[in-house]
Amino acid sequence: MGKIKLLQGNEACAEGAIYAGCTFFGGYPITPSTEVAEFMAKRLPQIGGAFMQMEDEIAAMASVIGGSLAGCKALTATSGPGFSLKQENMGFAMLTEIPCVIVNVMRGGPSTGVPTGPGQSDIMQCKWGTHGDHPVICLTPAYVQEIFSETVRAFNLSEKYRTPVIIAFDEIVGHMRERIEIPDPGVLPVINRTKPTCPPSEYLPYDDSKGDVPPMANFFEGYRYHVTGLNHGPDGFPVNASPRIHTDELRLIRKVEGNRADIVKFEETLLDDAEVAIFAYGVSGRSAKTAVEAARKEGIKAGLFRPLTMWPFPEEQVAAIASRVKAIVVPELSLGQIIFEVDRCAKGRCKVEGIYRVDGDPINPAQILAKVKEVK
Amino acid sequence: MAFDYDQYIRGGKLPHIWCPGCTYGIVFKSLLRAVDTLKFNRDDIALVSGIGCASRLPGYVDFNTLHTTHGRALGFATGIKMAKPDKHVLVVSGDGDATAIGGNHFIHACRRNIDITVLVFNNFIYGMTGGQYSPTTPSGHMATTMPYGNIDPSFNIPDLAKGAGASFVARGTAYHAAGLDRLITEAMQHKGLSVVEIINACPTTHGRRNKFKSPTDMLLWMKDTFLPAVAFDKLPPEKTAGKFPMGVLFKKEGVPEYCETYYGLVERLKKQREGRA
Repeated sequence: MGKIKLLQGNEACAEGAIYAGCTFFGGYPITPSTEVAEFMAKRLPQIGGAFMQMEDEIAAMASVIGGSLAGCKALTATSGPGFSLKQENMGFAMLTEIPCVIVNVMRGGPSTGVPTGPGQSDIMQCKWGTHGDHPVICLTPAYVQEIFSETVRAFNLSEKYRTPVIIAFDEIVGHMRERIEIPDPGVLPVINRTKPTCPPSEYLPYDDSKGDVPPMANFFEGYRYHVTGLNHGPDGFPVNASPRIHTDELRLIRKVEGNRADIVKFEETLLDDAEVAIFAYGVSGRSAKTAVEAARKEGIKAGLFRPLTMWPFPEEQVAAIASRVKAIVVPELSLGQIIFEVDRCAKGRCKVEGIYRVDGDPINPAQILAKVKEVK
Repeated sequence: MAFDYDQYIRGGKLPHIWCPGCTYGIVFKSLLRAVDTLKFNRDDIALVSGIGCASRLPGYVDFNTLHTTHGRALGFATGIKMAKPDKHVLVVSGDGDATAIGGNHFIHACRRNIDITVLVFNNFIYGMTGGQYSPTTPSGHMATTMPYGNIDPSFNIPDLAKGAGASFVARGTAYHAAGLDRLITEAMQHKGLSVVEIINACPTTHGRRNKFKSPTDMLLWMKDTFLPAVAFDKLPPEKTAGKFPMGVLFKKEGVPEYCETYYGLVERLKKQREGRA
C-alpha cells in the first residue's frame, strides 16, 4: 500500500517526477504551472538534486538539457507564453536526442490570454511548435492520479527513446485537488537511458546501425563526444547536404512512429456498441465521461475515446471507431484544433462535429449531451 | 620543445571553418596551452558554445563538447555545472552571442557567480552571417545593416560583467597571445564566474569595410589600442582617449559561489534530517 495524499495536479506531477528519479528541475515562474516549480524547489534539495529558477523560460529549457546531458533526469514546467519561448531549445533536444520532460499546463488564449483559466489550444503547438520536422511524444492526463502515473511514464518514454516528452494538461486538472495514492518504490516501472558498453574510442553517439535508439553516454563518463544542433553524422559532427540528413531525420521520426504499440495509450468507455463516439481529453474528457453516463441513462448509445497519448496521434483507433459509429463529437477548449486530426483519420466514414469554448470555463456535460443528441 | 596541440585536437576535424586572417586560431591555441598548464583531466571538462564563428571551436577539441542554440550556451552550461559541480565548465561565445541574444543569460550567470569560465571572442561584428553590426561595433563603423555607419551605442563587456556581479573580469587580445594564456589560466583557476573578453579581428566582414587594409593592420591596431591596465591607469586622462586597459581588470575573492552555496544548503538539510532521526 502506497501513501494516500490529497494533492493538486501540479503537485502530483512533481511527485511523479521524483518517483521517476528526476534530480534536476529548471524553471521560471508562470501561471498556472508554478506549483510544479514550487514543489520541486522544496523537494529537490532534500534529496540532493538540483533546482534552478532560471532568468527566463529559454534558459530554463537550456538548463534542463544541460542537466540531462550531465546525467540527471530533468524536468521543466511552463504554460502558454513560456511554452512558446521553450520551443527552439525543445527542437535542439529532439535533434540531439537528449531526454527530458516538459510540462505544459495549458491556459487560455494567444499571447497573455487568460493566465488563470483553462485551455487546450496548445495541442497543435505540442506537435508542431518547434521548427523543422521532428519527433514528438505528448501525453494528456485528465485526473490527478493519472498526472502522477503519466509523469512517470513520460520520463520512462523519454529515457527509452532518447527524446523530449511533453505532458499537456489544462489549468483545471493542474489545480484540482483529488485523493491519490503514491505507490511504493518499485511498483511502477522506472526506465533509465541505455548507456554504451563499447570502449570510448569506438563510441558513436548517433550510430543507427544497431537500432533506432543509440546508447547515450553522459558527459564526464570518459566518452568525450560532440553534441551539436546542426544535422550530424553518426559521430555527432556536422554534415552538410548529405543523404545522411534525410535518413537520420527519418530515423528520429521512426523512433516514435515505429513504436506506437508501446507509446500510444488511451481509455475507451462504452464504445463497443456506441453509435456516437466522443473524442475528448483532459478536463473535456472528464465532462465527456459524465455526458456518456447521462446519455446511456436516456438510452442513447454514446461512448468515449480518451487519449492519454495525443502524439503520436492514435490514428488506427480513431479510424476503427469512425468506421462503426454515426458520428464523433470532439469537445475541446479551443476553436477547433485536435478535430482536424480526428477528421483526418475518420476519412469521411462518419460525421465529425466539434464543440469549442474559449471563455475560460470548461465544456460542461450538458453541452456535450446536447451535441450527442443532435448528431445521433 | 614545441607545444603539441595535436594531443587536444580531434583527429580529422581540421581544417577549421575560420577565414584567412581571422584571429580565432590564435585564441584557440592559447586556450589549449592554458588548459595544458592546469593539467585538467579532459574527461572532466565540458566546453559549451552557442552560435557563431567562435561557437564552432568546441567541435575541434577533444573534451566533452556542446554546440547549442544562439545565445543560450550559458543556460546549458549552468545546467551542466549544477548537475556536476565538481567538473570544469567553459563557455566560448562571441560578442553577439554573449551580449545581444544571450545578454540576459550573461548578466544572470555573472550575478549568480556560478563557477563557469566565459571566453567572449569580441570581433565587433556578426561574422558568420556576413557583417551585421553587434552590440560592440564601434560608433561610425560600417556594417551591412549600418550602411551609413553605426549609430548604435556599444557595450563595454568587462564593465557589463563587473556590474552584473562576475567575480573575475579580464581582457586580452589576440595580438598579446602570451598574456592571453595567463589570463585564461587565471580565469579557469578562479572560483566563481570568470569572464575574459578577448579582442579579435574579422578582416572578412569588419576590417575590409572599415579601412583596415590587411589582417596585420587589425593586429597592429590591437597593439596600439590595448595597454596593460597598470600602464593605462597611470596615463593622464587626455592620453587615454581611444585606448583601453587589458589584463585582469577586476577580481574579488571570497564571493559565495553558486554551486557551493546550493550544495551547502543540501548538506544542511541532510544534517537537520539526521539530527531529527
